[in-house]
Amino acid sequence: MSISIEQVNKRFGDFVAVDNVNLNINTGELTALLGPSGSGKTTLLRIIAGLEQADSGRIQFNNEDITGQHVSERGVGFVFQHYALFKHMTVFENVAYGLTVKPKKFRPSKAEIAKKVNKLLQLVQLDWTADRYPAQLSGGQRQRIALARALAVEPKVLLLDEPFGALDAKVRAELRRWLRRLHDEIHVTSVFVTHDQEEALEVADRIVVMNKGAIEQDGTPEQVYDHPANPFVYEFLGNVNLFHARVKQGQTTIGNVQLASPEHTNGDEQDGFAYVRPHEIEVFKAPVSDGLKVKLDLVTIVGPVARLEVLTDTEQQLIHIELPKEQFKQLALAQGDIAWIQPRYSKVFLGEGI
Amino acid sequence: MTFYRSFTSKRVLPGFGISLGSSLFFISLVILLPITGLIVQTAELSWPQYWAIISDPRVVATYKVTVSAALVASVFNLFFGLLMAWILTRYRFPGRILLDGLMDLPFALPTAVAGLTLAAVFSTQGWFGQYLALWDIKVSYTWLGIVLAMIFTSVPFVVRSVQPVLEEFGPEYEEASATLGASPWQTFLRIILPEIKPALLTGTALSFTRSLGEFGAVIFIAGNLPWQTEVTSLMIFVRLQEFDYAGASAIASVVLLASLILLFIINGIQQRYQHITGGVK
Repeated sequence: MSISIEQVNKRFGDFVAVDNVNLNINTGELTALLGPSGSGKTTLLRIIAGLEQADSGRIQFNNEDITGQHVSERGVGFVFQHYALFKHMTVFENVAYGLTVKPKKFRPSKAEIAKKVNKLLQLVQLDWTADRYPAQLSGGQRQRIALARALAVEPKVLLLDEPFGALDAKVRAELRRWLRRLHDEIHVTSVFVTHDQEEALEVADRIVVMNKGAIEQDGTPEQVYDHPANPFVYEFLGNVNLFHARVKQGQTTIGNVQLASPEHTNGDEQDGFAYVRPHEIEVFKAPVSDGLKVKLDLVTIVGPVARLEVLTDTEQQLIHIELPKEQFKQLALAQGDIAWIQPRYSKVFLGEGI
Repeated sequence: MTFYRSFTSKRVLPGFGISLGSSLFFISLVILLPITGLIVQTAELSWPQYWAIISDPRVVATYKVTVSAALVASVFNLFFGLLMAWILTRYRFPGRILLDGLMDLPFALPTAVAGLTLAAVFSTQGWFGQYLALWDIKVSYTWLGIVLAMIFTSVPFVVRSVQPVLEEFGPEYEEASATLGASPWQTFLRIILPEIKPALLTGTALSFTRSLGEFGAVIFIAGNLPWQTEVTSLMIFVRLQEFDYAGASAIASVVLLASLILLFIINGIQQRYQHITGGVK
């Protein structure tokens, strides 16, 4: 089931939540709507579900216009951040709910419902919880039950609103790998909302980065991470350092460091700014000819990674660097030492920066 | 278990002994002593005497009037209170805060004032009464009037029991139900109603209990015709006027017993539901 979103707008009072969004989601894809809070990603998801009505625009499922259709008729599975399991029902009754509210004509028999529910509980690996109440389950278990409940009605599309947002870090990491495998198994067209770039990069086939109600970039995780379309996407996907740079004829100069930037071939020298990710910087103990001289201000070792904060000699600019702990040990540098750094790779945008 | 531990371990907030002690003292003073007094008064009677007083036909007639009126009033309040609670929690409209405040009026208003006002408004010459009279419906000085007074004085119980539960019950449950294909009616019956049922039952039972004992508002509108529109609490008053303290106590003990049984039932309802859904956010 493909989803097509055409020129959708939504305002809440003066606040523009969704600003003329066009988006096509292909059958069987797992798409992430990624953005900071207030970027309109949840509103867009709720408009697709029918829980919110767009002010203007069109939503189509498989080229069929469903803009005016009520949420209960759209056949979407929706998973909420805080699970929204029905507390007074057992796990079994929760999962069966969507089947039991069907009109009598379409309602499966009791035996069929039981069979289907048990199958779904097996799929989410929680068949042993059938007779329990949601209060007796952990957060991760509840969310898996919520997913089973949404899948019970065989939805055309599965929509997940920050599905792992309320879970602690370890369970979250487990569940997102699990969701990825589950999606490979059942292949239902899915859209999930997240503000966590790592989650989007790990789980999704495709990432749609949103900001201020509009789409900033739309592509595979690799495209979005390696070739950000604009400074916003670059900054949103992971930590970055920002350098002022001079750009001329495919060459970018940061201080006395020269880097190739073949996308900017203009002959005149222009102001620009270069983004360098913390792990794309090399550190030397001895002076190197085209390196920046820095002072090691703070060293923190987080598991296998050494995180350095250094100050440049000339501008006293703070730069974040990440490198493997082993490599840092070999450098034999201590806090307060002088070192030289060299960006290996950078993404240069023209202009004054943001 | 925590009760025992609190005696031995150091608490963050001191003063457990003094707060428990003073609470028990006032409970004894305000609740237990009068009840004891009642029992002592009643104890002057022998069982046959006691039975004769409480099964006197005129008194039995008041039981019928009181219980039937309270039953109708509390069932009405079940629906009306639920509706009010729903409107106050689910919609935002001008005057909502005012309406919310008005809900407590029956508690704040002296019940005698309520009774007088209702009697005046619903008498055959009153604002509403004159139109109802056209349909040959009399409210003031009839059983219907008693019901009306009971409704008025006890509706806040239902509203104030249900309102917080509805407020805390987020819209995502209704949304989840809708995405699963349920109609609004199915969502109400199968998702919302079970959630508010304990509060609704508690509120209705409290409303019923309160109506059983309502005196001030009722006597002004009831007309107090023996055998027809006398309520039980009025009978207690009548016996007192006759200086028949034992008789008054005997009838009062019946009302007290009924209220106590109802209160235990209410507590039972609450505990049963907490047991299932307890601790879920």
